[in-house]
Amino acid sequence: MSRTIKLGAWPLLRHVVLLAGALVVLAPFIWMLSTASKPADEIYSSELHLIPHHFALWENLREAFAKADLWRYLLNGLIVTVSIFALQILIALPAAYALAKLRFLGRGPLFALVLFGILIPPQATAIPVFLLLHKLGALDSYAALVLPFTISVFGIFLMRQFFKTVPDDLIDAARMDGISEFGIVWRVMLPTAIPAVTAFGIFSVVAHWNDYFWPLIVLNSPQYYTPPLAVAHFRNAEAGTNYGPLMAAALVIIAPLVIAFLLAQRRFIEGITLTGLK
Amino acid sequence: MARIELSAIRKSFDTTDVLRGVDLTIEDGEFVSLVGPSGCGKSTLLRIIAGLEQQGSGEVRIGGEPVDGVRPSQRNLAMVFQSYALYPHLSVFDNIAVPLRMKRLTTLERLPLLGRLLPNRYRVEREIRQEVEHVAAQLELSAFLGRKPGQLSGGQRQRVAVGRAIVRRPVAFLFDEPLSNLDAKLRVHMRAEIAQLHRRLQATFIYVTHDQAEAMTMSGRIAVMIGGELVQVGRPAEVYDNPRDIRVAEFVGSPKINLLPGQIRSDGAVETLGQRIGVATKGIAQPCRVGVRPERIQVGSGPFVGHVVHVENMGAEAFVHLGVEGLATPLLARIGDVRELPMLGSALRFGFAPDAVRLFDAAGKRIEAHAAPAAVRTLEVASV
Ligand SMILES: Nc1ncnc2c1ncn2[C@@H]1O[C@H](COP(=O)(O)OP(=O)(O)O)[C@@H](O)[C@H]1O
Ligand SMILES: [Mg+2]
Repeated sequence: MSRTIKLGAWPLLRHVVLLAGALVVLAPFIWMLSTASKPADEIYSSELHLIPHHFALWENLREAFAKADLWRYLLNGLIVTVSIFALQILIALPAAYALAKLRFLGRGPLFALVLFGILIPPQATAIPVFLLLHKLGALDSYAALVLPFTISVFGIFLMRQFFKTVPDDLIDAARMDGISEFGIVWRVMLPTAIPAVTAFGIFSVVAHWNDYFWPLIVLNSPQYYTPPLAVAHFRNAEAGTNYGPLMAAALVIIAPLVIAFLLAQRRFIEGITLTGLK
Repeated sequence: MARIELSAIRKSFDTTDVLRGVDLTIEDGEFVSLVGPSGCGKSTLLRIIAGLEQQGSGEVRIGGEPVDGVRPSQRNLAMVFQSYALYPHLSVFDNIAVPLRMKRLTTLERLPLLGRLLPNRYRVEREIRQEVEHVAAQLELSAFLGRKPGQLSGGQRQRVAVGRAIVRRPVAFLFDEPLSNLDAKLRVHMRAEIAQLHRRLQATFIYVTHDQAEAMTMSGRIAVMIGGELVQVGRPAEVYDNPRDIRVAEFVGSPKINLLPGQIRSDGAVETLGQRIGVATKGIAQPCRVGVRPERIQVGSGPFVGHVVHVENMGAEAFVHLGVEGLATPLLARIGDVRELPMLGSALRFGFAPDAVRLFDAAGKRIEAHAAPAAVRTLEVASV
C-alpha cells in the first residue's frame, strides 16, 4: 500500500513543477487578457486583482477598433506573411529538390553555402539590404516587407533534408510516367512533403507576423503597418496611456496566430501517411 | 512490342566500374531474367535501358532504333520497382491513370481547375477511366480504386504498380526485383501471376532479380550477371546443367553445387579426395575443381566416406550434410525418400556418376570432360 502512495508522489511533484513553469510562461498572457477585460478605473486602481469586477472586454475592443484601423493592419499582416511564405516555397522546393536528388557539379559546395547562410543573422545584412531597397526605390512598400525574405536558406535546408528521405524510385517512376523535373517538384515532392511544408509554414508565418525589427526599419507610411508595428504605434499615438483598448488590440493581433496554430496542430497530428512508398 | 539490343554497355560511378561491356539481345516477346548477386550492376543495366541512367559507352537499341538521348517516357517502356514507387497521395485509380494523363492531356488540360473547363479533357478523361477500370478488373483491383496506397497490403500495392505499367501498353516491361518486399508465400504466387501476365500480353519482359529460383521458374532465358559482366546467357535448364563458369555453377541452384578440390593427371584422368572419379579430359596436368549437384550424389554406396553432421528434412525431400576429410565445408546430398534418413554422426558412403561431374580450372572456367571407360569399370567394381 505504502508503495503505491510513494509511486504517486513523484508524478504529482513533477506535475506541480511543470504547472508552475507553465504559469510563469503564461502569466503575461493572462495579465494581458485580464487587462483587456477591465475598465480604465480598475486598471489604475491600487489593488491588484485578476478577475475584473466589471467585464469590459467588448467596450475595450470596440474602442480599439474605433481608434485604429485594426482590420487594415491584420490584412497587411496576412498579405505580407502569405506572400513571403508562398514565394519561399516557390523558391525553396525546386532548390531543395535539386540539392537532394539531382546530380550536378558543385552540389556539395552549394549546399555548404546554404548551411553557411543559416548562420548569418538577418540583422547582420539589414543595412546592405536596406540600401539595396533604397536604390531600387522599393522602401516603404509591401515589396520592402516581402522581397528580402523570399529566399529562405532555412526553408531550403529543411526541405532538402525531407526530400532526402523520399525514395529515388518514386522520382524515377515519375520520370518513366513522363512527368517533367518541375512537374516532379510540384506533383510528387510537394504532396509527399506536406508535413515538412506545414512545419516550415508555421515557422515562417509566426516569424514574419511577429517581426517588429524589419517593418520598423523600412516602413514610414502607416498604411503598410504590420500588426506588431501597429500595436506599438497604437500605444504611442492613439491610446496614450489607455491600457484597456491597447491590450484588446494586442489580443486581436495575436488571435489569428493562435487560431492558425490550433488548426495546424491538428494537421500535424493527422500527418500524411508515407507508407504507400514502401 | 520490340526487340532490345545492348552492345558493349559500360558504366562507372566515380572510379568503380559497375558494368564492363554488356552485350545482350532480347527478342520481341521474350521473357529474360537478369540474375546475379546484389551489387553486380543489374539495376544499373535496367536503368540504362529505361533511360534513367546514361551509359558510359555502348549502345541501346529498342526496336532497331538507338535511344541515346531519348527521354525515359519517350522510350515507351514501363518499369515496376522493388519499392512499388506508388504516389502516396494519389488513389489507386489516379496512380494507374498518371501515365495516360501525362501522355494524352496537355499541360493546360492537366491544370486542376482550369483544365476542367476544356472540352477535350472531359473526353480524354472518359477514355482513361475506361482503360484504368479495364486494367483494374484484370488485376482484381476494382474494389480498391478509391483507396490510397497506404491502405493496401503489399501484394495489392504490387498489383497497382503492375497496373500502372500495363495501362500504357509499353513495348517492353522492366521489372526490378518486384517481389523481394513480399513474404515467401505471396512471392511464389506472384511469380505465377507475372508469368501468366507475360503469356497473356506477349510483350518483351526484362526481369531483374537476385533470387535464382525466381529467374529459373519464370523466364525463357536467364542472363547471369556477376561483377558487371554477363557470364552466361541461356535457357534456365541449360544454365543449371551446363554452367560455363564456376561462379554461375555456384550462383544457380539451391542448395549450392558441391565443389571438391581435384587434380588433373598428365594422362587426363581426374582425381578428387585421393580417388579417380572415372572422368577424363584432354587438358594438361593441373589442379581443378570438381562440381557435383546435391541431387547427383548417391548415398549408401560409393568410393567416398563422410560423417553425417546435419540433416535438413524439407518434408518432400531432405538434404544430408556430410563432413568429409579434406573438405572445408560439408558436402550436401539430396535424399528423395525422407523415410530413409541416415542417423546423425553415422558414417555414410557416397559416390557420383561420371556424367554428374562438372570440371572447372583454377581460374573458374569450365573444362570439358567425358566419362573414362576404364575408370567407369573401376567405379562399378568398387560399388559392388
Ligand atoms: N548512383 C550511384 N552512385 C554511385 N554508385 C552507384 C550508384 N548506383 C549504383 N551504384 C553502385 O553500383 C553497383 C551496382 O549497383 P546496382 O546496379 O544497384 O546493383 P544490383 O541491382 O545488381 O544490386 C553497386 O556497387 C552500387 O553501389
Ligand atoms: Mg538492384
